Amino acid sequence: MDKANERASGLLGRLSGFMRSCLFKVLCMGPIPTHFSFIMDGNRRYAKKMDMGEGAGHRAGFFALVSVLKYCYEVGVKYISVYAFSIDNFKRRPEEVKTIMDLILEKTEGLLEEGSIADQYGVRVYFVGNLKLLSEQVRIAAEKVMEATAHNTRCVLLICIAYTSCDEIVNSVRECCKDKMEEIEDEEGDDLVDIEKHMYMGVAPDPDILLRSSGEKRLSNYQLWQTTHCTLYSPTALWPEISLLHVVWGILKFQRSYAYFEKKKKML
Amino acid sequence: MDSKQKVRGFSCSIHQIGNLGLQLLWSLVHLLISIGYFVVAAAAAVESYLISSGLLTRYKVLNISKLKYLAIVIESDDAVQTSKVVQLLRWLEVMGVKRMCLYDAQGVLKKSKASIVKMLDNAVLFEELDEKDLLEKPKCMALEFASMSDGKEGVVKAANLLFAKYMELGNRDGLDDEFFTEAQVGEALRAVGCKGPEPDLLLVYAPVRCHLGFPAWRTRYTEIVHMGSLKSMRLGSLTKAIYKFTRVRQNYGK
Repeated sequence: MDKANERASGLLGRLSGFMRSCLFKVLCMGPIPTHFSFIMDGNRRYAKKMDMGEGAGHRAGFFALVSVLKYCYEVGVKYISVYAFSIDNFKRRPEEVKTIMDLILEKTEGLLEEGSIADQYGVRVYFVGNLKLLSEQVRIAAEKVMEATAHNTRCVLLICIAYTSCDEIVNSVRECCKDKMEEIEDEEGDDLVDIEKHMYMGVAPDPDILLRSSGEKRLSNYQLWQTTHCTLYSPTALWPEISLLHVVWGILKFQRSYAYFEKKKKML
Repeated sequence: MDSKQKVRGFSCSIHQIGNLGLQLLWSLVHLLISIGYFVVAAAAAVESYLISSGLLTRYKVLNISKLKYLAIVIESDDAVQTSKVVQLLRWLEVMGVKRMCLYDAQGVLKKSKASIVKMLDNAVLFEELDEKDLLEKPKCMALEFASMSDGKEGVVKAANLLFAKYMELGNRDGLDDEFFTEAQVGEALRAVGCKGPEPDLLLVYAPVRCHLGFPAWRTRYTEIVHMGSLKSMRLGSLTKAIYKFTRVRQNYGK
């Protein structure tokens, strides 16, 4: 009975993989976003909705994240960024912050294992944000993962942690001024290129589409600088409920607005 | 050799037919989506009519005090339609919205700000208000006009100002990280003319839901709502957007 169930679920898995591949072949007839960004909102509401314990919503959210990463890499998205933890989130109850940090540490260390998503898809991982605000354990794990995946070239994953746009802008201004101090003979001021060079997100092109789950219509201090020409998409599903359909719909929305944004970018 | 070429040619044809089939399917998907959007737009037009005629009673009472500062982003190509912009502002004035920022990336609205203010009965430029006016209950409509030069370029000017300030302090032993804070950058932005407050709500009148470069420093927790293009603006849709905003509850990350 167990073997029959295993065979049936294996068959279903292969069938759904085949159908997904057909769907992606159709999608790829149009432009595919180079950079897809996500605000993973709604994990706590999901836990409440499903009557789960503290932290269970974030664990469910992690599984949704892995699925979304797989779909995006399969369809050909090269850069994915996710808002894992905001500087504002440190204001939450200490127990909740600890639960989330423990989960981040566990999953970060998981990225170093063979067979991880970074391994499977050749993903280079960046941890982007004010990493000095993190505990030493999490920071060291993050640095290990960045070093271990530095040689990967197929896809890029940017995990925004201890990040806000305002902090990013302040850091960039600080670094520009540091550069200017070192070249004190140079009388020219900073320009836009200097500021953008020092942004935490400077390792990737600007996002083409930003998906915030749970239907909220604000960016909550995330990639405010980078989203000038970015389609904003807010499905009502909570983050652990985000599925292939939302990724596909996001790509279709991007394709509909592609010509408009290309025209805008040419005008700059 | 001939048979190999024939097989290659045949598989090439199959590949081309396959691609054509996929292209057709893709176009069909987008056509269906366009039809769907047309139906949704028609339904929105009907709903807007019902709201503006007062038949949908829940939108009659707006808690407008929650909306302290409104921003409107308009596609630059449409911003030349000054009469449409003035109509929109008149609707907002009737609803009780007194403080707002009008933004378009290319600065078209900035060029017509004098004529826009003139066409409204009771409006002033935001920069003409002093600290006392800002603290008191607004008596007239105050309009701020912004463009892309107030966004990223504003931050560049603020960075240069901060650097000049820092050098005046005379510390050349290395950069003092503590000098550069969010408060300092905020103050520098105000000093270079990027003074406006953070809007609570940002309405986008453009083909796509996107802030089009509205100053990043000011949109941390701003609700961004897409209203469609300026030419299809409706009073009912505007009322609904503001009503929905007044029902939003934010955690600010907590």
